[in-house]
Amino acid sequence: MTTPTTEAALAATEDQNREFLVFSLGDEEYAIDILKVQEIRGYENVTRIANAPEFIKGVTNLRGVIVPIVDLRIKFHLDKVEYGGQTVVIVLNVGERIVGIVVDGVSDVMTLTPEQIKPAPEFGVTLSSDYLSGLGSLEDRMLVLVDIDKLLTSQEMALVDSVGE
Amino acid sequence: MDITDFYDTFFEEAEELLADMERHLLELDVEEPDAEQLNAIFRAAHSIKGGAGTFGFDVLQKTTHLFENLLDHTRKGELTLRRDIVDTFLETKDMLHDQLDAYRNDEAPDQEAFERICQTLQQLALEEIGQELEGAGDTPGAAGAAAPKPEPIPEPAPEPEPAAGEAATGSTRLTVSLLGVGDKDRGLLVEELEQLGEIQAQEGDAACYRVTLTTSAAAEDIEAVMCFIVEPEQLKIEPVGEATTGAAAAAEPARAPQDAEPEAPPAPAEAPKPATEAPKPTAEAPEPADKPKARKAKKAKAGGGESTSIRVSVEKVDQIINLVGELIITQSMLDQTVSELDNVNHSGLHNGMNLLQRNARDLQEAVMSVRMIPMDFVFSRFPRVVRETAGKLGKEIELVTEGAATELDKSLTERIIDPLTHLVRNSLDHGIEAPDVREAAGKPRTGRLTLSAQHQGGNILIEVSDDGGGLNREKILAKARESELNVSDSMSDDEVWQLIFAPGFSTAQEVSDVSGRGVGMDVVKRNIQGMGGNVQIMSKPGEGTTIRIVLPLTLAILDGMSIKVGEEVFILPLSAVLESLQPSKEDLYAMAGDDVVLKVRDEYLPVVPVHEALDVTGARTELDETIAVIVQGEGRRYALLVDELVGQQQVVVKNLETNYRKVPGVSAATILGDGSVALILDITDLHRLNRSKKEARRGQRAAAPTTLTRKEVEPS
Repeated sequence: MTTPTTEAALAATEDQNREFLVFSLGDEEYAIDILKVQEIRGYENVTRIANAPEFIKGVTNLRGVIVPIVDLRIKFHLDKVEYGGQTVVIVLNVGERIVGIVVDGVSDVMTLTPEQIKPAPEFGVTLSSDYLSGLGSLEDRMLVLVDIDKLLTSQEMALVDSVGE
Repeated sequence: MDITDFYDTFFEEAEELLADMERHLLELDVEEPDAEQLNAIFRAAHSIKGGAGTFGFDVLQKTTHLFENLLDHTRKGELTLRRDIVDTFLETKDMLHDQLDAYRNDEAPDQEAFERICQTLQQLALEEIGQELEGAGDTPGAAGAAAPKPEPIPEPAPEPEPAAGEAATGSTRLTVSLLGVGDKDRGLLVEELEQLGEIQAQEGDAACYRVTLTTSAAAEDIEAVMCFIVEPEQLKIEPVGEATTGAAAAAEPARAPQDAEPEAPPAPAEAPKPATEAPKPTAEAPEPADKPKARKAKKAKAGGGESTSIRVSVEKVDQIINLVGELIITQSMLDQTVSELDNVNHSGLHNGMNLLQRNARDLQEAVMSVRMIPMDFVFSRFPRVVRETAGKLGKEIELVTEGAATELDKSLTERIIDPLTHLVRNSLDHGIEAPDVREAAGKPRTGRLTLSAQHQGGNILIEVSDDGGGLNREKILAKARESELNVSDSMSDDEVWQLIFAPGFSTAQEVSDVSGRGVGMDVVKRNIQGMGGNVQIMSKPGEGTTIRIVLPLTLAILDGMSIKVGEEVFILPLSAVLESLQPSKEDLYAMAGDDVVLKVRDEYLPVVPVHEALDVTGARTELDETIAVIVQGEGRRYALLVDELVGQQQVVVKNLETNYRKVPGVSAATILGDGSVALILDITDLHRLNRSKKEARRGQRAAAPTTLTRKEVEPS
């Protein structure tokens, strides 16, 4: 049985706790804010777009809406990029756009407390720390928390028409 | 149901009436005003007044009343029109619009403006026809009396003695003479009069039919109502003897509420009718058979466009369009499945599918057309803009519009108005020279401004062209330097012209009322880019400037031809396809290394292999195994090499830029029958893309990076 005070305290910490969707790229685990996720579906029927960067797989039809599909595995230079029944597309709401990202698999939804989120160190050429919101430490696991908004709207993703073009 | 439920209808109707009024005012020939147009303007004012009275919008009612009176004098030829009078009328119309907006937003209309406009109108009446306007007496305060809803049964209908009725309501006895009115119209008129008062006697023939009426309505109100049916010249209304005696004092206050009665919309006016009708068989005598018909005719007139159009919110239409789009896709999917079944055993199913297909297409077409409105909707407001701006600037300008029937999506037409207005003002101010300057340059004094619209491929081109002095390269460059923009003398003309879109840029010598503050052109460009379009400028010194807005049709269906290259399906806009043929080896000529031209009936066309431009793998590369589709885009013809022609179909255009970005060589996307996405090719851009790719390849070979810049100067 909980007293009212502990309940209030619990609510307060719950406010700060954030839920993340954890997905894997190769052996690495990444996490994104669950509120950005619209749905998860299989990888199918993607129409290639000519003259686009390699990691933009093309566009697909999501119930009448044309949605671009980005393969994060290619973007992050993973060695093994295969498409099969297990390949998953996470459909995200980024800004006012809908974008799908291809990942190797979705594992679970995690709640992280503020204490579990560590600042991201300065590293990486492939994934600039600008696009990271931190590292989540969970016992023996480490989750890379991706600021998916920033990443997908960045110039290098070439998903958005750059200003003045 | 509350009366406020009708407000919206009134506002929208009034807005349309005001728009009508403005159009007629602008078209009006001051020297020889067309009676029909004057009547139309009068009727618009009258209808607004009626509605305003019913809903208790005093200020609006008051203003329209004065305006209406003035218009009435004009109509009767007692007031001679002049340009400045028309201007005053236009100003009044604007004021009415402001008042309408105020009421719509639940605000009190600007009292000061109201008084000012009343004064202006009174002044005009005094000066021009030397008399005060009727109704001037019951200025603001008294107008309130007109507002309340009319009494359900204002007429003392069953009263056998007319005198008693007169005394009670302060009625007057009038003789209404109908001159040269046919039997049918007469029936209508008598019926109208019946509603306005009590008919005491009626007699006469077609040439002159006299009706004696006891009524509380003013003579001009009766006339106003009558004028819906006959010309004012056919009417003569005069009091019989003197106005009702004794009741004069009582008459005035009583008149006000009655005043609203004749103008009230059908509903309240109809209510007292059965009551007055019953005890008066004489009045009905003329043509009993004609009655239902007459009544119907009147209803149609009073109801305006109600029977022919309905107002629907745009969201509802959009929802239908989306649903129909989905339906079409589902239908195509079914179609594909059914086509695999054999025809003999499933002939019923096949027939059903064919029918469904036809119906679905018809439905789609019908729904799409709902959202499209002609550019006339936009262009029609420019005569006013041009007239006023030209007047202010002291220039003589003729406005020409072309392609007003070109249809554009409604949401775009609404958003294009502001940028277009700005461009027009700019052309008038900076583009077209003053008459004297023009004369000196050997041009006609009257400048010409052309607004045009046309469809081209998946775009609509809207052009504002003037025959003025053209842009001044030196001046723009000098100004740009002053504004510390990064410029050089070697810039191409196109680049220089684009400078005028820079924020804060203006070459006008003086800041005028019209333009020259340097805010605007950048906003214009931003707005148009916001719609997914772009702005091009073409200018020749001494000959004029054309500003072209290219807008994509964000929402449209397209007649497409599906083609296959390798394993990929693309859609070509059918409008761009001229013909397709199987090229033979003899007709293909290599040129300058890797360029190929195709000879088609004595014409040599450049060849663009789709697989090269769009990097399709697994396509047929042997030229004579492919199919050449001859296409035309922005005046240029070329041959597209594809693997296979799949078929023709209507496709729903889906914007790629909603979630992605512009793709070179592609205008939009669509969803095919199997649910997959196919790209719609942009014929003009594809040619450009192919060229720049070729040059890039050549550049790589020659290791000369200069080739990239050639793309920029290529005429578009």
